[in-house]
Amino acid sequence: MAEESKPPQESESSQPEQKAATPAPPAKSAPASTAPAAAKPVAPAAKAPAPLQIPLDSELVRRYRERFGAAILDALEDRKQPYLIVECAQLLEIARYSRDEEKFDLLEDFTAVDWPKREKRFDLVAILYSFAHNARLRLKAVVGVEEHPASLTSIWPTANWLEREIYDMFGIEFSGHPGLKRILLPDGWQGHPLRKDYDILQQDTAWVRENLGIESGQ
Amino acid sequence: MQDDALQNNGTLLGADELVLNMGPQHPSTHGVLRVKLKLDGERVRGTECVIGYLHRGVEKIAENRTYQQFAPYVDRMDYVAAVSNGLGYCEAVEKLLNVEAPDRAKVIRTILTELQRIASHLVWLGTHALDIGALTPLFYCFREREEILKIFEKYCGARLTTHAFRIGGLQYEAYDEFEKDVERFCKDFERRIQDYADLLTGNSIWIGRTRNIGVLNAADCIALGATGPILRAAGVKWDLRKAQPYAAYDRYQFEIPVGTNGDTYDRYMVRMEEMRQSRLICLQAIENIPAGPIFGKVGKVIKPAPGEVYHAIEAPKGILGYYIVSDGSTQPYRVRIRPPSFVNLQALDTMIRGHLVADVVAVIGTLDIVLGEVDR
Repeated sequence: MAEESKPPQESESSQPEQKAATPAPPAKSAPASTAPAAAKPVAPAAKAPAPLQIPLDSELVRRYRERFGAAILDALEDRKQPYLIVECAQLLEIARYSRDEEKFDLLEDFTAVDWPKREKRFDLVAILYSFAHNARLRLKAVVGVEEHPASLTSIWPTANWLEREIYDMFGIEFSGHPGLKRILLPDGWQGHPLRKDYDILQQDTAWVRENLGIESGQ
Repeated sequence: MQDDALQNNGTLLGADELVLNMGPQHPSTHGVLRVKLKLDGERVRGTECVIGYLHRGVEKIAENRTYQQFAPYVDRMDYVAAVSNGLGYCEAVEKLLNVEAPDRAKVIRTILTELQRIASHLVWLGTHALDIGALTPLFYCFREREEILKIFEKYCGARLTTHAFRIGGLQYEAYDEFEKDVERFCKDFERRIQDYADLLTGNSIWIGRTRNIGVLNAADCIALGATGPILRAAGVKWDLRKAQPYAAYDRYQFEIPVGTNGDTYDRYMVRMEEMRQSRLICLQAIENIPAGPIFGKVGKVIKPAPGEVYHAIEAPKGILGYYIVSDGSTQPYRVRIRPPSFVNLQALDTMIRGHLVADVVAVIGTLDIVLGEVDR
């Protein structure tokens, strides 16, 4: 479990280096790859005194750990905002506990982030708000492409469309969702646009090739 | 006809049931919303929203722009409240950078955002009343909105998609007559809003068309994630401007209006009162705009340390949240926008079941959605 807890954080901090090391990955890394190289000598020195992600050990985290033990992989605070990294298989139970016991009654947002270089490439991020405590908490779960995380719709009906959007944009399939299909894109769409390997020019290139029979100049 | 709308309530149509398609080209859907209705005579038995006609991939665009370059794009989401979108985005990035805008910038931001709230609610009121059959308020509302847009135009040169704020503060100093213009508008607006209230509040047709229509109670609001005036109309006294103050809201006195029934009429009353409160905030703010710089300590190259931040504001339509992940480069690694309209629209089905077809128009109006934000 201890090894499990590291990847999300590690990959966040090491992302720029990875990018600089691999020259060709699509879309975004091309302009980004030049930037970290130039800034490298400066950035670590400036960051060293105050790390932005610090381990969190509050009363709340202790209660979660007591209840779920090893399923709480890590508890961190980033820019004064707490988040828990949790075992994906337990996400549903932890969410239910958060709503019922900890009074995080509003699922403010549910989304995903793609880290393609990681073994399990997606972060599922649920942002919870508690009216009683006027506080937010983020739950993060690491999910692989072939995994089917449990849908949160049974706890918060609002997860219905949010999960459909995650499916649409990232291709994460939730199990137990009442009607998982695309929501913003047309039903016949190819691919999942918010994955990092979905090139922003891909469609344009494909369209030009298909309809004009030439290679796109872009 | 096999249809997804039907699967909500059994897969087959009864002998006296039919499916009616509303939109996407329908004036009362405020854009390109398509709603499939399952009807039993005039009664709505189920709905399915088909959205995405206005999808532009805003979140994908964000990953391919620098932080500053992306700022104008957020104005194109909720385009009747562009200033609010910009405020949320700029503050989120500022949080990510761990900087704050100077006092003067915060106060000017607050004034413009509250004017924007009034403008947004005026568009809602005008079109909502028009949908239900009251033609007159539309002209009055747009007349007053015009005054607000003129202030925006004088301030930053743009009326609709203003890009009024910058990450770190403001680009433009308030123009010479700024306070006077805002004051003139606010003084005048008190009388104007009374005019709208005289037309509608006690109007028996208006009451007949809105009271007990589209009821959404507090528990359903929270379960469905519906926020903003919808939640307040259900009796929850909660507003992010009070709960977690941002910009300069902690300096001003204002009330959070609430309703009791959570019906369309209550939402009307809540939004009307919100306009009055916004007017009061503006009046308080222009009395004392602090002197000083308008731009904080933000360099020309914005390069936040790796990490993530979530920041939400009380936009005119509900919670508008930005979840931004930085990988340490000049471009955001991921920008997730939590759009109030998208989440609120999901409540349509719960609100409309059992009502008449004509009420669909009233309920879409009372949800106050902007399709640019629903689809992004």
